[in-house]
Amino acid sequence: MPESANNVKQILGDDASGTQYLTCLLAGEQYGLNILQVQEIRGWEQVTRIPNSPRYIKGVINLRGTIVPILDLRLRFDLPAEPYSKETVVIVVRAADKKGNERSIGLVVDAVSDVIVARDEQVVCTPEFGANVPTENIIGLVSEGDEMVMLLDIASLLELDADEVGVTGG
Amino acid sequence: MAASILAVDDSASMRQMVSFTLKGAGYDVVEAADGVEALKIARTRSVNLVITDVNMPNMDGISLIRELRALPSYKFTPLLMLTTESSADKKQQGKSAGATGWIVKPFNPEQLLNTVKKVLS
Amino acid sequence: MSIDMAQFHQVFFEESFEGLDVMESGLLNMDPGTADVEEINAIFRAAHSIKGGSGTFGFMNVSDFTHVMETLLDEMRDGRRQVAADAIEVLLQSVDVLRDMLTAARDGGSADEARVKAQYSELQRVLADKHSSDDAVADPVKQASAVVPEVQPVGWKIVFRPHPHLMRTGNDPLRIIRELATLGETSVNCDLSELPAFEEFEPEDSYLSWDLRLHEPVDKSQIDEIFEWVEDDCDFAVVPVMPEGYDPAAAVEPPAASDQAEPVAQKKPHLTEVPPPEERRVTDERRNEAERRKTPAAAAGGSSSIRVDIHKIDALINMVGELVITQSMLGMLGEDFHISRVERLREGLTQLERHTRELQESVMQIRMVPISFSFSRFPRLVHDLSSKLNKKIELKMSGENTEVDKTVIEKIGDPLVHLVRNSLDHGIEKPEERLAAGKPETGIVRLSASHRGGNIVIEIRDDGRGLPRDKILKKAVERGLVKADDNLSDKDIYDLIFQPGFSTAEQVSDVSGRGVGMDVVRRNINELGGAIEIESTPGKGSAIIIRLPLTLAILDGQTIRIGKETYIVPLVSIVESIQIQESMLNTVVGRGETFTLREEYLPVVRMHEVFGIEDHDAKRLTDGILVVVEGEGRKCGLFVDDLLGQQQVVIKSLEANYRKVEGISGATILGDGSVALILDIPGLMRLAKQGGARTRAPLALTA
Repeated sequence: MPESANNVKQILGDDASGTQYLTCLLAGEQYGLNILQVQEIRGWEQVTRIPNSPRYIKGVINLRGTIVPILDLRLRFDLPAEPYSKETVVIVVRAADKKGNERSIGLVVDAVSDVIVARDEQVVCTPEFGANVPTENIIGLVSEGDEMVMLLDIASLLELDADEVGVTGG
Repeated sequence: MAASILAVDDSASMRQMVSFTLKGAGYDVVEAADGVEALKIARTRSVNLVITDVNMPNMDGISLIRELRALPSYKFTPLLMLTTESSADKKQQGKSAGATGWIVKPFNPEQLLNTVKKVLS
Repeated sequence: MSIDMAQFHQVFFEESFEGLDVMESGLLNMDPGTADVEEINAIFRAAHSIKGGSGTFGFMNVSDFTHVMETLLDEMRDGRRQVAADAIEVLLQSVDVLRDMLTAARDGGSADEARVKAQYSELQRVLADKHSSDDAVADPVKQASAVVPEVQPVGWKIVFRPHPHLMRTGNDPLRIIRELATLGETSVNCDLSELPAFEEFEPEDSYLSWDLRLHEPVDKSQIDEIFEWVEDDCDFAVVPVMPEGYDPAAAVEPPAASDQAEPVAQKKPHLTEVPPPEERRVTDERRNEAERRKTPAAAAGGSSSIRVDIHKIDALINMVGELVITQSMLGMLGEDFHISRVERLREGLTQLERHTRELQESVMQIRMVPISFSFSRFPRLVHDLSSKLNKKIELKMSGENTEVDKTVIEKIGDPLVHLVRNSLDHGIEKPEERLAAGKPETGIVRLSASHRGGNIVIEIRDDGRGLPRDKILKKAVERGLVKADDNLSDKDIYDLIFQPGFSTAEQVSDVSGRGVGMDVVRRNINELGGAIEIESTPGKGSAIIIRLPLTLAILDGQTIRIGKETYIVPLVSIVESIQIQESMLNTVVGRGETFTLREEYLPVVRMHEVFGIEDHDAKRLTDGILVVVEGEGRKCGLFVDDLLGQQQVVIKSLEANYRKVEGISGATILGDGSVALILDIPGLMRLAKQGGARTRAPLALTA
């Protein structure tokens, strides 16, 4: 965990009246991930490509003996792709999918920001405002200072069956 | 020093039960799965009591008793057979082979302990 | 003090089920005419153990039931009863019932009471036939005199004169007297009159005798019990001591002689009638159909366990010991490391590699179970099925000791059952047909297993009528699977039976043609990483050959390179690897690029196209390597850039966190920590057929 996150956790301690979210930067916007679902944060490393997979699946990595897929969030949300830099980070998250199976995936984001706390009543439902991110992947919005953080629904990101794939002739 | 007992039975669950019961009462227990194994053990060490089932592969209980009596250190050792109630002739055979007595199956741990205590006192 | 017996139950059940298997195979192998005593003895012992254990652990219904079986077997082994086919059949059915009872006892359910009762009656019926009264001998000890004077004695006078050899039975007069004394106050009078002179004195003999008086009005039976063991080894008399003023003339007549101990078989109340024979057969059949025989590890609801030879564990412990030593040696080297010690380091690492490899092999060995666990159900199955089908069939098995990974054993059972049933049902002809064809009346089914080149090969061969080539072709054409004028080899035609829903049996007998199908069998075998093939000669017979990897967790793989990507090809699928020459290539209309290999035209699969790899090296087919692979009966050549090494890889799941990918069966972690994907050959061939790769974003993003 980056230092800032650790510090925040220490300061806030057990804030029973709110949920902690790890915030990260993606194409200029802030997104939040429920910290209970965050397994670890790694730098970008070489992946093994999976043939015939959706564009946003970069491949898989070896996470201490388990095979974990890496998903590029920019590509997942059809945002313009950027070359990876040394700030590029992979956040490994774990959640239960629709079938109830616990699965881990790594999300490639531009950078990690901070940890915030938000109580349930602070979370606002997303209006259809033509946001970058499809609403089915967002739990809601939260204000943090003068910024807006979009809380991501991690379980929805695990659904990989619906993929937009173009086919070339054989 | 704790008394030692050699328990011989081809049924692992019976051996375990006998062993567990006797060990719990402070006895030293050695196990064997048939007469051949038991004889091997007997040839290398002496015990204070042998409890053996009758029906076993490789060497049955009665032959084991006969063989044990032939060993100098087992001449007077109490040798008990585990028999079922309907085999009177087995008891006879056992006695002719030199058995000390018998314990009737099925038995519960208390019965076993009582008999062992009597014999080893 | 009470001891919880439940902790021994699991072992008792495991043992008892094994015992049932011993009984069953013993009974199946028994020939009424030539049964030998040792065979019967082994079956008897198994029943005896189950009876004893179930009684000890409180499963009285099992104990009572087994008791009757044991009695029957006892008569047989003593020669008091002939070994008749009828008795064997009843015993076999009793084994089934007993299995149910034990399963119910283990899992907490209840056995079919009616069935148990019925079978119990059957056993008794057989016992009653030519019933010998030998086993009704009343126990002499229990036949203690029934003289009970109305007036109770106040004590007992006991004369105890041990025979000289008494101590040699391990009995000790002192112990016996002490025990007597626990019943009450005892006065002891020792008679030394028999003691010989010192020179004639035998220290191991007993010369002393005792007059004992027990001043306690205990029951005579209690005294008898104490002397029970030595009653043949001594002169022994017990006389009651009556109270003052007792008049013997007033003693009551002893009651009528107690009933002779009832013949054991009649202890139970009268039971219900035995259902007619056909009904019983059907019940058996129904249970044969349902998968009643689980492999040892698949105990319903119980904890999964495996029996391991203790030597394997010992070897493992030794190896771990060596590993620890090597590791600590390397640890020491590492502290304070100096470049001059690099040689020692290298040696140490080589040793480490060797020990790790040995350890790995040993651990794999532990999970290896002999395939007999799967094969063991077949003698019974063949026996029952052949009577049901009215055919004469002999089963010959070989290689039962061939060891296979535990996971493979569990999954190979069902497919094998299906295949053997097919052989019996469709392959082997009825006796009349066989005779008419000049074959011996009894058909032979050979089930064998062996290790061949790092795989398990299981074969089911029969000498029946072979596969009906023309019928199969006709059916396939009807189904639109092939066209009537497709140029198909016999092998291709036989392969068609693996298509879903395919069954040419005229009557779909419930034995095998339930549509469970060969396609499911093949799929199951593919899922195990194996392959299945059929050979057949009309009129002579068929053979089904199954190849399986030794273990599901580890795979022997050939690493291949396409561009910058490496993949693993399972060695079991590789036929050979070749460098193509122009002369071998051609393009066949409707089949795309092909190459010739020993007169076969096989399709070329351009891996970089199927997997969308853009920066592959070899542009022309002749620049790369062609790996000829086989899957589901078909062959093709994979066009790759290079062959890298062969290695054993540990299979990791791709699906656990991702999902199933067509053409990929799993992943592995290479020595450098990176992930390599393992190819699924049948899936790959399907993918190739569907044509082409799907678009991907340019790879330039990878840092």
